[in-house]
Amino acid sequence: MAEDLKNLIIDYVKREYLEEDSEEEVNENTPLISSGIVDSFSMVSLKTFLEKKFNVKIPDDKATPEAFDTVNNMVNLLKEFNVT
Amino acid sequence: MSNIGSYEEKYNNFDWKVSATELEYGKDGMYNIAYYCSDRIVEKGLGDKVALIWQGFSGAVRNYTYRDIKIYSNNFAKFLSDLGIVPGDRICIFMDRIPELFISFLGILKMGGITQPLFSAFGEEALFTRLDDAQTKAIITTKKHVGKVRRIREKLPALEKVILVDADQQKLKGDEIAFGMEQAPKVNEFPVFKAEAETPSVLHYTSGTTGKPKGAMHVHSSIIAQYITAKWVLDITTDDICWCTADPGWVTGTSYGIIGPWSAGVTQTVLDAGFNSEKWYGFIQKHKITVWYTAPTAIRLLMKDGVEAVKKYDLSSLRHLISVGEPLNAEAVIWSEEAFDKPFHDSYWQTETGAIVITNYPGMKIKPGSMGKPFPGITATVVDQKTFEPIKTPGTVGLIALKPGWPSMFRTYWNNKSMYDSKFANNLYICGDRASIDADGYFWFVGRDDDVINTGGHLVGPFEIESALLEHDAVAESAAIGKPDQVNMEVVKAFVALKPGYEANADLELSIMNFIRKKLSPLAMPQEIEFVESLPKTRSGKIMRRLLKAKEWGQEIGDVSTLEND
Repeated sequence: MAEDLKNLIIDYVKREYLEEDSEEEVNENTPLISSGIVDSFSMVSLKTFLEKKFNVKIPDDKATPEAFDTVNNMVNLLKEFNVT
Repeated sequence: MSNIGSYEEKYNNFDWKVSATELEYGKDGMYNIAYYCSDRIVEKGLGDKVALIWQGFSGAVRNYTYRDIKIYSNNFAKFLSDLGIVPGDRICIFMDRIPELFISFLGILKMGGITQPLFSAFGEEALFTRLDDAQTKAIITTKKHVGKVRRIREKLPALEKVILVDADQQKLKGDEIAFGMEQAPKVNEFPVFKAEAETPSVLHYTSGTTGKPKGAMHVHSSIIAQYITAKWVLDITTDDICWCTADPGWVTGTSYGIIGPWSAGVTQTVLDAGFNSEKWYGFIQKHKITVWYTAPTAIRLLMKDGVEAVKKYDLSSLRHLISVGEPLNAEAVIWSEEAFDKPFHDSYWQTETGAIVITNYPGMKIKPGSMGKPFPGITATVVDQKTFEPIKTPGTVGLIALKPGWPSMFRTYWNNKSMYDSKFANNLYICGDRASIDADGYFWFVGRDDDVINTGGHLVGPFEIESALLEHDAVAESAAIGKPDQVNMEVVKAFVALKPGYEANADLELSIMNFIRKKLSPLAMPQEIEFVESLPKTRSGKIMRRLLKAKEWGQEIGDVSTLEND
């Protein structure tokens, strides 16, 4: 289940934040925010995606650049809301 | 002792010649910015001094001396000339903050081109608008960003050359050209284009309330202001290691991330990575940065991680801290004193002013939350919004206005002289910002005088967002405003009325957000979308953005008698 969750987020990141012919690799440990693949403004659309997909409300104090920096970090964040 | 010494003394006895003399500006008929930022420093015997310390996301570091900067910018200049690019052509730089960005900036100027740096996060529509307006002849980019260029190239007949600085021949499409700055044969000497002081140099696009973004055109003699403000406001000296965190897609990144520090012969640093407080502190510690020029948004993000995060690093090298982009709140000034043992100094200027015009100086008493005082050589005041007469009463809010004539003032908007002319009244340049002046002569920022959204220190035009929103299949009507935000001062909020058959839901909200992010830029992406039945309009059908903004900010709504449907 956790793998499905990871793959779902990885697919979304690739589709929405990378160019079609991008050579960049994204896996569960790829830094997204600190590498600039997803900038801090675009983090909001990533947060909205997680909230919509998993029917949760992530409070602002949990929506830090670190919490969204890797797919693994996002999975851990979702666990706090009982999404696994 | 700071470079500026006594502010009052300097302000009262100032002539821009002070700067021109130090720079030896115009010696042997040379006015080209690029010469003063590279060749001249080498001629002064500083060829082996490090000009640029670049660090990538992975931690890799590359150092470039002033001799490297001279030779590699020569390489660019010769390459562009050989391609048939001629003086006066507009050449866009569209890439992340890699060394080629900074060095090609000088290379373009060396061969007489007008450099047009654009923020690499711009989407294809934002890119198209700016390249089309400038009738740009060439673009220098990378594999990562060329996809956006390819998708719009057919619509840009003036764009003759697409140059990639990191591509192999086999990755090119059509007539694209690969150019390796460091792989090309070294051009040790290049005849620098003999620009006049008033020859156009840099074209920076900026957003307004209405219409398309406007290209603020600067000239080579802007360096007179950029050099002396770097020395007196950033307080840079020969031994400093500077870090200007701004992207050269915006004016701060060129005036103080390239021209100011390099014309003064100091070492500057670049961190090509996204925001991360530990990375930032680690970068300062590693390179022993002494002068740090950043933005309130970044400072407020650092504040979120607390003083404890700061104390894990040895940041004792820091000597002077300056901030730009939006008003620096008093809390941030006070926090920086606790965190770094020194305050951030707020500075105020615009794309159009080309250099800092109002600021807090090293050694001068800071009033936390204030913009400070006008730079020597700048006559600044606030004027009445209707008569444009200077306001004499301290504390009264008016429009910030500057007496024209400082060296880095923009000379026009590209292809838009009427818009340029509209920025002046009563023989003053009207900045479009509201402020008051206290009894001690300190300026206090109040807000914009128009609907332009200042998000994270970047100006975003509501019209551009609204036009793009209408291109989404589901959107019938739209309005974009700035919404208050703790970190970014403002973020974009959109009001959207849907076409029949579409249902407002989270899926659609996400679809619209991503649509704008890719089309324009992450900055322009609405952070919130409110779906409405219809938008308030005047009798003539114009959407009442003012009303939506007033409601959002909890302000008095004012006269709504002209509303059609209230």
